[in-house]
Amino acid sequence: MSSKTPQTTRRVFLGGTAGAAALAGFSSLAQSPDTRPDAQAVPLDDYSPEFLSAAEWTFLLAATARIIPSEGDGPGALETGVPIFIDRQLAGEFGTAADLYMEGPFVPDATPQLGIQSPLTPAEIYRQGIPAFDDWCQRNAGAAFHDLDTDAQDSALQALADGDTDLAPELREFWSLLLQNTREGYFADPMYGGNAGMQSWIYIGYPGARANYLEWIGRDEPYPLGPVNIAGERA
Amino acid sequence: MARTDPKKEVVIVGLGWTGSILGIELAKEGLDILALERGPDRSTVPDFQYPNVIDELKYGIRYGFMQKPRNSTITVRRTLDETALPMRKLGSFLPGDGVGGAGIHWNGQTWRPMAEEFRLRSYVEENFGADLIDEEMTIQDWGVSYEELEPYFDRFEYMAGIAGQAGNINGEIQPGGNPFEAPRSRGYPMPPMPEQTDMRLFREAASAMGYHPFPRPAANATQAYTNEYGMQLGPCNYCGFCERYGCINYSKSSPQTCILDALKRYENFSYRVNSEVLRVNLAADGQTATGVTYWDEEAQEEVTQPADMVILAAYQLHNVHLMLLSGIGEPYNPQTGEGVTGKNYSYQMNGGTTLFFRDHNFNPFAAAGSSGVSIDDFAINQIDFATEGFIGGSYITAGLSNGQPIRGISLPEGTPGWGAEWKQAIGEWYGHSMSIGSHGSNMAYRDCYLDLDPTYTDRHGRPLMRMTFDWKANDIRMTQFMRRQIEPIAQSMNPDSWRSSYKSEGARYDIRPYQTTHNVGGAIMGTDPNTSAVNRYLQAWGQHNVFVLGAGAFPQNIQYNPTGAVGALAYWAADAIVNDYLPDPRPLV
Repeated sequence: MSSKTPQTTRRVFLGGTAGAAALAGFSSLAQSPDTRPDAQAVPLDDYSPEFLSAAEWTFLLAATARIIPSEGDGPGALETGVPIFIDRQLAGEFGTAADLYMEGPFVPDATPQLGIQSPLTPAEIYRQGIPAFDDWCQRNAGAAFHDLDTDAQDSALQALADGDTDLAPELREFWSLLLQNTREGYFADPMYGGNAGMQSWIYIGYPGARANYLEWIGRDEPYPLGPVNIAGERA
Repeated sequence: MARTDPKKEVVIVGLGWTGSILGIELAKEGLDILALERGPDRSTVPDFQYPNVIDELKYGIRYGFMQKPRNSTITVRRTLDETALPMRKLGSFLPGDGVGGAGIHWNGQTWRPMAEEFRLRSYVEENFGADLIDEEMTIQDWGVSYEELEPYFDRFEYMAGIAGQAGNINGEIQPGGNPFEAPRSRGYPMPPMPEQTDMRLFREAASAMGYHPFPRPAANATQAYTNEYGMQLGPCNYCGFCERYGCINYSKSSPQTCILDALKRYENFSYRVNSEVLRVNLAADGQTATGVTYWDEEAQEEVTQPADMVILAAYQLHNVHLMLLSGIGEPYNPQTGEGVTGKNYSYQMNGGTTLFFRDHNFNPFAAAGSSGVSIDDFAINQIDFATEGFIGGSYITAGLSNGQPIRGISLPEGTPGWGAEWKQAIGEWYGHSMSIGSHGSNMAYRDCYLDLDPTYTDRHGRPLMRMTFDWKANDIRMTQFMRRQIEPIAQSMNPDSWRSSYKSEGARYDIRPYQTTHNVGGAIMGTDPNTSAVNRYLQAWGQHNVFVLGAGAFPQNIQYNPTGAVGALAYWAADAIVNDYLPDPRPLV
């Protein structure tokens, strides 16, 4: 098994003598991920959502924390700022369906294989989907989603994923949007508000925007350098 | 508001690969040319420059270089009695817009179809009997042979600077190349791309089983190169951002890197961007085009642009849409089988097996779009259709084109899609999987076609084009056959685990997941005006001053990526226009 955790990535890098010497200028790589200021947990409490209401924000914190939990190896959605990413996306062109064909007639209950057919924008699907799903949680599990224990939250999300939460057809994409946007916020360049400290890239061993690997072709060994982002920062 | 501009000798609709090729070949003749591009202008700098374009969210996920469905989309149904609904969001395929078209955001796999594919119906009838062709299957010969097109394949490959290893030069089989390919007149202009770990593992396994692996032909430069127009390519640095991105490095062949800067130096050539052609205008007798009408986005007005000749060089779907809107060719009727425009829309039947290896580091981020190894041992000219019970074939291939994490991390069978186990799995398996894919043909059928939608309209009030398409049993048998060839190769490689994804009986077309942008047909070429929309020179049968370029000409889909054939046909048509049509404008057939 190759190195994948931040700790072993760092160990591999420091252990590679010639490579380390040649790249001594990358001093930040030698720091522990835990001590780098940009790898600290994002202060979600200090963030003022642009699009989401307080209740929606509470839901999103709870839901993304189950989709990519903090437990185990690697950062979770909360450590990487995924809710901030999603809020910003919903406030922008993604949320308003700026690129999508939004002319009627709409047939939201058509076969899913013909793609999204909801008259609602992604932002509207979150806005209507969160209370609808919370209402289902209340009726079926006895509390709103964020008040459930984590096992009950996981069960509720699985029901949402399986289409078993009696959401209106117009809200059918709520789960796929939530899952996709969570993954996007986890892995997208940090300039979009998620992937804080490039922690998700460090975790899986993705070098980000380095974009120059000619010398690495055909080498069956772990890549030693940590990621860079589009702003040119190194992790 | 509306205006009429001064007449041009040539109007080209769309400035991607085929528009650029026709543009420069006709500009050299001194013609006064205007190209109209519906999307924005795009150049390597600033539009593809590092680091801005290394942005997976903006370009890979939000489709920054693709057409916006709000501006242009189609409706889709699977059967004649289903109600077609609009493709509101891109998914299954990703047409580009803007200067360079899909030529900026492809991976660059540049193949020649097999000689047999150009005369597929005849090949099947001669070798396996006409009874093998179901009457619902409407496959046809192209009306042009591989031998006729060979010089034009050569021209396109040397213009684009393709890296590869020839397998057959003038009938002599070349070691390390594809022994089943049709003869080529000389080798590729650049040496093949170097071998990566997944390529090595597949090559070794395929060789051990007696197959004939060869490097994939790639429009990703392996050395410095200058083409016939004086355009220069530099060697690829494996940035891992080919498909869906413009090239940062002047390495991926595209209209920008291979043609446009040379073309823009011709004073008799000009182009307008954000100018979407709404229709081709025909003379009162319908026998010729008088020009086009387009929407000038900046001026916010319709413009009538008179021209002596109209070259439709937009993406396949848009060319067919314009023909349907303009009355070029009789619309195809699936009930009667009569009519030609929109006929024989075909797609591509792909499948694959993913292999997981704990002990190999594939470093998928260190990638070029086209590097890979293939075998053609199960290609169209290697299969006994009568024995196997299908018509078609596939190349089988391994090669990692990127390691971008949002677009997906392959995980072993049974891994959940979210939660703690998913997070654990992405840490364990990122960079530890490779795939062996089947890239297969797709036959044409009576009820797979393109026409105008009765309900939905675009922002200009024009009917959207309606696609009727579904998977058919013949092609599913083909992909299942490929599965039976690929899985033993995968097993012989001793992965920790593997998983397969091939269409199986009853599979329906699903527009959501990305599959391929190899949409073909609808403006098919041929020798009979009753069964084809354009003649063998891509000239409209009914309007001799209209030529229709691109993959719309394919009467059914080949087993390869289409751009090689699209490029060769463009040079073939350009040659016919320059040497035969311009001296005496008339129907060439």
